[in-house]
Amino acid sequence: MKASVEIRSAPHIKGPRSVEQIMANVVYSLAPVCAFFVYQYGISAAASILVVTAACLLAERAFVRSGTQAGSLSDFSATITGLLLALTLPPGFPLWMGAVAGVAAIALGKALFGGIGFNVFNPALVGRAFVQAAFPAAIATYTPSFLPGRFTQFIPSSLAWPLMAPADAAAWLKAMQFDALASATPLAKWKFEGALTAIDDLLTALSGHIASGPSPLLILTCGAYLALRRFMDWRIPVAVLGSAGLAAWLIHLADAKYPDAFFVLSSGGLVLGAVYMATDMATSPVTPRGMWLYGGLIGVLTVVIRYYSGLPEGVMYAILIGNAATPLIERVTQPTPFGKGVSIQARKSASYTLHPDYISREEAGAKTPKKRFLKNKGKS
Amino acid sequence: MSDLAQARTFDEFLEGIWRQNPVFVMVLGMCPTLAVTVSAVNALSMGLATAFVLVCSCGLVSLIRNIVPKEVRIATYIVIIATFVTVVDYVIQAVSLAVYEALGAFIQLIVVNCIILGRAEAHASKHPPITAMVNALGMSIGFVIGLLALGAVREVLGAGTLFGLPLFGANFQPWVVMVLPPGGFIVLGAWLLLFSALKRRKEARLAAPGGGHGA
Repeated sequence: MKASVEIRSAPHIKGPRSVEQIMANVVYSLAPVCAFFVYQYGISAAASILVVTAACLLAERAFVRSGTQAGSLSDFSATITGLLLALTLPPGFPLWMGAVAGVAAIALGKALFGGIGFNVFNPALVGRAFVQAAFPAAIATYTPSFLPGRFTQFIPSSLAWPLMAPADAAAWLKAMQFDALASATPLAKWKFEGALTAIDDLLTALSGHIASGPSPLLILTCGAYLALRRFMDWRIPVAVLGSAGLAAWLIHLADAKYPDAFFVLSSGGLVLGAVYMATDMATSPVTPRGMWLYGGLIGVLTVVIRYYSGLPEGVMYAILIGNAATPLIERVTQPTPFGKGVSIQARKSASYTLHPDYISREEAGAKTPKKRFLKNKGKS
Repeated sequence: MSDLAQARTFDEFLEGIWRQNPVFVMVLGMCPTLAVTVSAVNALSMGLATAFVLVCSCGLVSLIRNIVPKEVRIATYIVIIATFVTVVDYVIQAVSLAVYEALGAFIQLIVVNCIILGRAEAHASKHPPITAMVNALGMSIGFVIGLLALGAVREVLGAGTLFGLPLFGANFQPWVVMVLPPGGFIVLGAWLLLFSALKRRKEARLAAPGGGHGA
C-alpha cells in the first residue's frame, strides 16, 4: 500500500472520541426526557416523537443518498434533531405538520449547508421556526398534561388529515370539563392572563393538568450526565441560565410586575434549549470565552423576547440569533497562542493552552465528512 | 440560407424560455419575482405586464439603435421603457382595479426591472428589430413561466387554491409562511435546486463515456 503523508491544520492532539459516540450518548440522555414526555401526554406524544424522528431520518437518508449532504444515518445526528424537535412541539401537534417540521429541519437546517458539521443553525430549531411561521395557530395549541385516558386516546388534533386543519382541541377539553386556562402554557398564562404558576409545579412538571414540557429538573439531570462525561461543554448551559436568571432578577428588581428569576428559569423551553440546543457543537463557539459570551447573549435575548415582544416564548429565536452570531463571537474571542503577546497585551487577553474538551471532527475512526479526504482513509 | 436564419430565430426564441431563463438561470428581476408571487393570478398579470413592456421596448430600442449616440443610450432606453410602463400601468388600472391594488408599486417598478434594461442593452441594441422582438418574446415567456411556477406553489400551499379555485375543500390548513416573504425565498430556492440538479444530471450524462445517446 502506498504510504501517504497527511497535511492538515491544528488541532493535532485529539481525544479518543467519535461523532457517533457523542451523538449516541446524547440520544441515551434524551431517552428519559422523551419517556417523561410520553408519561405526561400519553400516546399522542409518543406518536409525535416517532413521526417527527422518522421524518428527519427519511429526509436525512434522501439527502445523503442523493449526494447533496455529507454524513450518514448511523451517526445519530438526525435522530437527535427529530427527538429535540418533537420535544419542542406541543404534544397534540398534528402529525402531518410534525412530518413537515422534520423534513424542513433536515432540508433547510442541514442539507442546505452540506450536512453534519456544516450547518449554521440548529436544525431542530430551524424546523420549529418553519412550522411556527407556517402554522402559528396549531403550534400555540397546548393541552394539559396528565389527562385521564391519555394512554388509550389520541388528542384529536394529532390525527388531522394531511394538509387539513386540526380538530378543535378546546371543544374536546370542554367535554372533559377543563377550562381554557388549563391548556395555556405557564408563560402564555403569565403574559396574557397575568397568572403565575407555582415554581415547584414547574420544576417537576408532575402536578396535574399544566401545559408544560418535560420537567426542567429531569432535563438538568440528563444534561449533567453529558457534561460530566464531557460530551457537552458545561459553560454554555450555565451561561444561558445564569444570564437569563440575572437579567430576569434585575428587571424584577426594577419593576415588580415582571416575574421573579425562578419563574423565568423553570418555565417554557429555556432549560431544554440551554442544555440540548444551544450546546450543539456545530453551531456554538469553540473558544471558552466565546461560550460564555454566546450563552450570555442567548439568555439575555430570551428574557428580552419574553418580556418585550408579542411572543410568550423566546428561546428558539434567541438560540437562532446566537447561532448566527457564533462566527463573529469566535473571531473576537480567539485565544492568544502560548508565548505570543507576552508584554502589555498579556493582561488584556487571557491565553489558553489547548482546551481539553476540544473535540475535532477529524479524529481517527470518525467518518470524515468531506469526500476529498476519503483517499487518506486506507493509511495504516 | 433561409433555413439557417429560421433556425437561428427559433433559437433566439427558445433561449429565454429555457437555456437563459431570466428567473431560473440568470436570476434577474428578483424584486417582482419574490414580492408579487403570492398567488398565481398576481404572478400571471405581473408576467404579462413585464412581457408587454419588454417586447415593445426591445423593438423600439432596436429600431433606433443606429441613431442614438452611445453616450446617452441608457437614458434613452429608460425613457422608452418608462413610456411603456406608463401604458401598462393605466391599462391594468382600467381592466382590473383588484389586480392593480394587489401588485401595488411593483407595476411602476417594472421600469427598473433589470431584465428589460439588460435585454435592451445586451441584445436589442445590437440586433435588427425582428430578432430583438423574438428574443424578447422568448425572454418574456420564460419570465412568465418562472413567476407562475413560484406563484402556483405559493398559492396552493399558502391558500389551498389555484387561480382562486379551491383545491382541497373548506377544511384546508393554509401554510401561512408561504404567503410571507420567507415563503418566496424558500420556493425560489427549491426551484433553483431542482433546475441545478437537472442540469448537473444532464452534464454527468453527457460526460459519461458514450453519453448523450440512448440510455
